[in-house]
Amino acid sequence: MPYNPALVAPMRDEMVRMGARELTTVTDVDAELGDQRGTTLVFVNSVCGCAAGNARPALRLALEHGVRPRNIVTVFAGQDLEATARARQYFGEYQPSSPSIALFRDGEVVHFVHRHQIEGRSPQTIAGELTAAFERYCGVQV
Amino acid sequence: MTFHPGHHELHGVTVVLETRGARTYVGRFDSQDESGVHLLDVGVHEAGEQQSREEYLKRTLKFGVRAEQKHVLVPASQVVGITRLADVTAESVKREP
Repeated sequence: MPYNPALVAPMRDEMVRMGARELTTVTDVDAELGDQRGTTLVFVNSVCGCAAGNARPALRLALEHGVRPRNIVTVFAGQDLEATARARQYFGEYQPSSPSIALFRDGEVVHFVHRHQIEGRSPQTIAGELTAAFERYCGVQV
Repeated sequence: MTFHPGHHELHGVTVVLETRGARTYVGRFDSQDESGVHLLDVGVHEAGEQQSREEYLKRTLKFGVRAEQKHVLVPASQVVGITRLADVTAESVKREP
């Protein structure tokens, strides 16, 4: 059962403020992930305070980096159920967890951050690993 | 730091739980009480499966927990050790027989 919208509104707003576009329907997800070119980051948002409470600030920090994905989108696990399930279909073998972060390049998942890689880690540490992935996969391809 | 005051320090953390038997569980630690340890969204490896425990944990590290059971209660008498999955490395997954 989805959470009270009023409860999750600040968590949605936090994502939008950092430039992420919300995908709330299957149509939204297919339009964004169905025929990808370039780089897209998908943030699977969550109400979990102990993990998502660090993951959102981590992404905000990482997006301040000079090299970053072209598109930043987000789905909300436990809230936008169908959109989240659809997004996970694009993740291939990567198992569902929330929060989590998938980085696509030309439609292929090239980097994935699972919930267990977020738990108990500081936003700065998570952001450092994200920016390393950005540099590896989102820079100019030679 | 915890955002779940009153809960066990591992509440919400993805862990590897070793048992005295053939099973290794990977799941989100929920709680511990007199009956044992409660895990949520749990993957299970059984010794003797085609995929070795080492391969299972390496794959879990890369692709995440393939949850086969929503909730598992592991009796306290069966628990040998609990490790955060994040602290497990590809080099550390080998266990003494």
